[in-house]
Amino acid sequence: MKKPSLFRVERRPVPSGHVVVLVSILAIFAALLVAGIFFQAYGVSAIRAYQLIVKGALGSKLGLTETVRRAIPLLLCGVGLTIAFRALFWNIGAEGQLLLGGVAAAGVALFSGLPNVLLLPAMFIAGFLAGALWGLIPAALKARLGINDVITTLMMNYIAIYLVEWLIHGPWRGPTMRGFAYTDKFPSAATLPTISWTRIHWPTLLLGLALAVLAYLLITRTRAGFEIRVVGENPDAARFAGISVLKTTLLVMIISGGLAGLAGVGEVAGIHKMLLGPTHISMGYGYTAIIVAWLARRNPLAVIVTSLLFGVIMSGGDVIRVSLGLPFQVINLFNGLILFFLIGSELLMHYKISFSFRRQ
Amino acid sequence: MGWEIWVIVTLSRTLAYGTPLLLATLGEIYAERSGVLNLGIEGMMIMGAYAAFSTAYTTGSPWLGIMVAALVGGAFSLIHAFASITLKANQVVSGLSLTMLGLGLSGVLGRGWEGKPLPVSIPEITVPGLSKIPFLGPVLFEGQNLIVYFSFLLVVVMWYILYRTRIGIAVRAVGENPATADSLGINVNKVRYLCTIVGGVLAGIAGGYLSVAYRPAWTEGMTGGMGWIVIALTIFAFWNPAIGMLGAYLFAALYHLSFRLQPWVSPELLKAMPYAFAILVLIAVSRGTLQKKMGAPAALTLPYSRGEE
Repeated sequence: MKKPSLFRVERRPVPSGHVVVLVSILAIFAALLVAGIFFQAYGVSAIRAYQLIVKGALGSKLGLTETVRRAIPLLLCGVGLTIAFRALFWNIGAEGQLLLGGVAAAGVALFSGLPNVLLLPAMFIAGFLAGALWGLIPAALKARLGINDVITTLMMNYIAIYLVEWLIHGPWRGPTMRGFAYTDKFPSAATLPTISWTRIHWPTLLLGLALAVLAYLLITRTRAGFEIRVVGENPDAARFAGISVLKTTLLVMIISGGLAGLAGVGEVAGIHKMLLGPTHISMGYGYTAIIVAWLARRNPLAVIVTSLLFGVIMSGGDVIRVSLGLPFQVINLFNGLILFFLIGSELLMHYKISFSFRRQ
Repeated sequence: MGWEIWVIVTLSRTLAYGTPLLLATLGEIYAERSGVLNLGIEGMMIMGAYAAFSTAYTTGSPWLGIMVAALVGGAFSLIHAFASITLKANQVVSGLSLTMLGLGLSGVLGRGWEGKPLPVSIPEITVPGLSKIPFLGPVLFEGQNLIVYFSFLLVVVMWYILYRTRIGIAVRAVGENPATADSLGINVNKVRYLCTIVGGVLAGIAGGYLSVAYRPAWTEGMTGGMGWIVIALTIFAFWNPAIGMLGAYLFAALYHLSFRLQPWVSPELLKAMPYAFAILVLIAVSRGTLQKKMGAPAALTLPYSRGEE
């Protein structure tokens, strides 16, 4: 006997596309509204804060280019995460995988002695491999020993952070940098071209867009993609069907870690042109990309849109940080709230709620 | 003689640093035993740290600060409980967003509190008589505070409740097999709500301990990943409060050693040690988890609805 209730919840099997988009937009607005309340409580006018964000991130040429620049690493990490999340591998470690990509790129740029033409391709390859390796460790641990992926990927982030710190304070510290904890500047053949007067390193952007399409095709059109989805939706069925959960887990983390590694290459070779402190290289791209991938409902193509949206939030966050004196953590406030409202709203999407004022 | 003092100082600092780890781990053990994985520990701890510091600074009472930290931690855990129990949202994502929210909110609210000295912190006490016991005296009964002893008591009480009382049976039943628990008349969601709140309250106190007792100050992000160590500790402990105590001190010792060894090894590499160690520990216990079937509660992360399955 169910208790009579004011409203009834019915399961809607598969929500239609426009319902998903509508509910997602509503969730984001609800999150922004709550964030606004916190701003007001902090003593900052919420309206002014949002005016500044919109004007700063979208209203000027400079703001727009900064938005795109922020979206590039989010795009690469986010596309990779959609693949991992499809297989229900909780890769919370894109942050560390990105840093490792940066480390590998810096290693090649500064110490490989390769001819100039080969430098950039070698950096991208090394960055991909380093990120993939960083992702493979938790993948192997989960697939072979059943060790929780959330924890290992997270711990690997902290190890990556201190690895970078160690390199720039110790063995890789640049002799020309007069005591600062940076490596030397990369030779110019190891830096990425940017669209003039902007910080948009377009080769990485194109790479990200191409990989988003490829990842979409992988998931929807190939056998490997099918296996990834089965492993994510029903691992027992996967085993019965003869799908190797081990192989699939390793594959998704090579892709996911590798793509985050590429994002790291883009940041060090396109923006900083050297290896420097981990918080300067990343600013939490790997964590924000989790929401980017989740908001995209694990669809790699949709990541193109959602990464831009979070590009707006990040560059807008920069603007209010400078002009309203809010701390860097304000981005986490947005991220946390948006993520909450997103998962909260999933109930709205999968269930139809009908109100009835009579007892049933 | 020198080495003896070295060991005493190391053990004493281990106890001091292990206490917040222990408190939060005890809470997470209860939450997970009831089937709710809460990855928001880091967020609840940092909110607790901020709440305790700002309260203690304003009122001059660090104990009131700890109480407010407990309340704030509990309130924060309610968000996760509502999302994951009532709305049946994904627990991993909900917990992560709780951590982001905590870090973000405490960062914004705590902006103006940065770098202020706390006039009154929780006093360190010396137990008369007992502190004279050779070796153990100075470790256990000198320079610690009441929260440390409270955590000892809590281990005993929480272990007893979990394994020797009807409440404990209910908690474990709900985490292992909610449908059976439900048929026995246990209110599954109520038990889960309560256990999640216990987890939040203890994480809040753990954060408060950091900002008004361990190192009386507020800095943005001062928990520095401790919350994630707690998640690893919960697994290491096989969801048992007594083993959780052992684990918390083991990690605290390691953390402390990473400072003491700095003259010889690069500090950056030493700081990575606790995290690497956490992974190694999980590898080491993974065989035990598989073989002895002391693994995670069977219904961990699974929301429960009556009539389904």
